Amino acid sequence: MNTEILGIIVMFTLSVLLAIPLGKYIAKVYAGEKTLLDPVFNPVERIFYRISSINIQSDMNWKQHMIALLTINMVWFLIGMLILMTQGSLPLNPDNNPGMSPDLAFNTVISFVVNCNLQHYSGETGLSYLGQFWLMFLQFVSAGTGMAAAVVLFRAFRDKSTSALGNFYDYFVRSCTRILLPVSFIIAIILVFEGTPMTFEGKDTMTTLQGNTVEVSTGPVAAFVPIKHVGTNGGGFFGVNSAHPFENPSYFSNMVEMVGQLIIPMAMIFAFGHFIRRKKLSRMIFSVMTVGFLMLAIPNINMETNGNQAISAMGIDNSLGAMEGKEIRLGAPASGFWSIVTTVISTGSVNAMHDSSMALSGMNELLAMMINSFYGGVGVGLLNFFIFIILAVFISGLMVGRTPEFLGKKVEAREIKIAMIIALLHPLLILVGTALAAALPQYTAASLNNPGFHGLSEMLYEYTSASANNGSGFEGLGDNTVWWNISTGFVLILSRFLPIIGPVAIAGLLAEKKFIPEGDGTLKTDTATFGLMTFAVIIIVAGLSFFPALTLGPIAEFFSMK
Amino acid sequence: MKKHIFPAIKLTVVMLLFFAVIYPLIVWGIAQFAPNSGKGAVIEQDGRKYYANIGQSFTEDTYFWSRPSAVNYNASGSGGSNKGPSNEVYLAEVQARIDTFLAHNPAIDKSEIPVDLVTASGSGLDPHISVQAAKVQIKRIAKIRKIDESDLHKLIAENTDAPFLGVFGTERINVLQLNLALDKLNGHINTKKQ
Repeated sequence: MNTEILGIIVMFTLSVLLAIPLGKYIAKVYAGEKTLLDPVFNPVERIFYRISSINIQSDMNWKQHMIALLTINMVWFLIGMLILMTQGSLPLNPDNNPGMSPDLAFNTVISFVVNCNLQHYSGETGLSYLGQFWLMFLQFVSAGTGMAAAVVLFRAFRDKSTSALGNFYDYFVRSCTRILLPVSFIIAIILVFEGTPMTFEGKDTMTTLQGNTVEVSTGPVAAFVPIKHVGTNGGGFFGVNSAHPFENPSYFSNMVEMVGQLIIPMAMIFAFGHFIRRKKLSRMIFSVMTVGFLMLAIPNINMETNGNQAISAMGIDNSLGAMEGKEIRLGAPASGFWSIVTTVISTGSVNAMHDSSMALSGMNELLAMMINSFYGGVGVGLLNFFIFIILAVFISGLMVGRTPEFLGKKVEAREIKIAMIIALLHPLLILVGTALAAALPQYTAASLNNPGFHGLSEMLYEYTSASANNGSGFEGLGDNTVWWNISTGFVLILSRFLPIIGPVAIAGLLAEKKFIPEGDGTLKTDTATFGLMTFAVIIIVAGLSFFPALTLGPIAEFFSMK
Repeated sequence: MKKHIFPAIKLTVVMLLFFAVIYPLIVWGIAQFAPNSGKGAVIEQDGRKYYANIGQSFTEDTYFWSRPSAVNYNASGSGGSNKGPSNEVYLAEVQARIDTFLAHNPAIDKSEIPVDLVTASGSGLDPHISVQAAKVQIKRIAKIRKIDESDLHKLIAENTDAPFLGVFGTERINVLQLNLALDKLNGHINTKKQ
C-alpha cells in the first residue's frame, strides 16, 4: 500500500516542479520573447498565416477577440457535423462504423468544440479513424481557444491603461503549436513504448488460451491520448477512456498521463504571474487552488482505499479497496486521486468508473466540477477563478467601506453584474437541468443504471459534467438518447462561451480604465488574508447553491448505507 | 464576423493538415520502432499470438481465474458495470460470485478471497489480478493438475510484476502470463478445445 501512496505523492510533486519552469516558458511564448522552439515553429506559423491571410500584428480589443473566437468555433462546429454524420462513407474506416445520428453528432461536436468531451458513444463502434482524427484536432484547438482567452486577461493587467489586447489568432496558434503540441508529442512517444497502439489497421481477431475467439479493437491511439490530457479535454479513444489497457497500459503510463493533465493548468497560473510581473499574486492563486484541491483529493484517496463497507460485511478480504470499476495495475488509491484531478481541472478522462465510486467520493467529484476553478481547465480555470476574485474584491470592499479595486483598477457596478451573472449561471444550468430531468421521467427514467439516490446522482452528475465542460460521467447513464444529447448540448454551449466572454469582458473593461497607483488604503490582493477571503467566497457560492442537491444524491446514499 | 469567416476556414484547413495528418504520421513513424511495430505488445506461445495487455476470460478450474468482466472480455468494446456502491442487485451479484468461488475452491476460507476476484474492472479487459487472488486459487489448481503447491507458489512469485521501479504503485500478476507459464509447467490440459 505504501508504494501506492508514494506513487501519488510523486505524481503531484513532479507536476508542480515541472509546472514552474513551464509557466515561465508559457509567459515567454505569449510575450513573443525568444524561446528554444522558435526555429521550428516560426516558419510553420508563417505558413499558417500566409495561407489564411491573417495579420497577427493588428491588435484587437476584447470584443474583437471574442468575435474572432466565436467565428472559428462556429466553423469547427459545422465541419464537425458534416464529418461525423458522413464518416460511414468516408475513408479510414476499416471497422465499417456508421455515421452518427444528427442528435448524437450535435452533442459530440459541441462537446469537443467546447473542450468538454462528453461521449455519448463508444469509440470502438461509434467512430471511424477519420472521425477520431477530427476529434483529436478539436482537442488541440479547443484547448488553444481557452488558453487564448486567458491571455486576453494576461494582457489586460500587464499594461497600465489600454484597449489593445493583442491578436486572437496569434495567441491561439501559439498555444497549439508551442505549448500543447510539444508536450503531447513527448507523451505520445512514451505511450508508444509502453504498449499503446498506433496503427491504422482495424479490429484484430485473437483466439484466447481457453479457446474463445474475440475481436480486439485497436487504432491510432497513441497520437490521440496525450492531447486529451494535455489540453484537459478528456475525450477517450475507447469507450472506457484511460481505464482501457491500450489507452493506459501501465502504472508508469498512468503517472505520465496524470502529470500531463496537471502541468498546463498549473503552469498557466505561474505564467500569469510572470507575464504581469506579480509573482506573489500567482502564488496566492496557486495556494488557494492547491488547498481546495487537496481537501477534495485526500478524502477520496482514503475512501477508495477503504473500500465498500457493504462488501467488507460479506466477510471477504477487502484490503485492496473499492475495486468495482477499477483496474488492478492502477489500484484504488491512484484511481481515487485521479477521480479528483480529472474533475477539478475539467479533463474528464477517467481511469476508473466514477459511477462505482463510494458515495461521498462521488460527492467530491461533483463538488470539484461545481467549483470548477481549483486549477480548472487550461486557460478557463483561471478565468473561472478570476470571477471569484472579482466577487471577493467586491465583498471585501464593502466590508471595509472602500471602492473595490483590483490591480489598480476600480471594479464598478458593470463588472460586478457580469461576475454575478457568470457565477450564478453554473448552478442555474446544473440545477434546472437536473430538476427537469427528474421531473420528466418519461424521457429519463429508462436511462438510469442504478435505483434510488444513486440514480439521481447519475442525472446530477451528467448536467454538472456538461456545465463544467468536464466530460466525465456516471457512465451507467444510458445517455445516447435525444433528451440527453440535446439538453446537455445546449448546457454545453452556454456554459462554455458565457464563462469565457464574461471574464474577458470584465478584464477588457478594467484594462480601459485609469490606473490608480497603490496606496495605504488599497486592498492588497496578493496576501493570505485575501486568499482566505476568495476561498470563502468559493465555498459559499458552491456550498449554498449545491448542497441541497448533493443532500438528495450522494449524501442520502451515504447515510442509507449505514 | 464576416471579416473573420474566410481566414477562420483557411486557418482550420492548414492546421488540420499539421495537427491531424503530419503529427499522427510522425508518431506512427516512431511507433514502427516500438514493440510489435506499435500494434500493441503480444506474447507468443505454441504458435499462438495473444495481446499481452488485453485481459482474457479464464473461468475453467484448470486455470487461474481472471476478474469478472461487465463485457465478458470481448475486446471489440470495453465497459464497466457502473453499479453504485449501495445497489442491492449489485451487492447480491457480488455475494453470488463469492458463493460460486467457494463452491469451486472448497478448501479455502471466505476471508481469504480478495475483493478483485468478485468485482468487475473498469475496462472489462483488466489483464491483471492481485497476488492474493492468485494465491487463493493454488489449492484448487494443485489438486486438479496434480502439482505440488510449492511449485505453484514459486510460479506465482516468478510471474509477479513488482511496482514501477520497485517503489511506485501496485504489485500485480498478468493472468495470461501466469496461465501460459502454468501450461508450460504442466502441459496444456484444456479439455474444452482438444
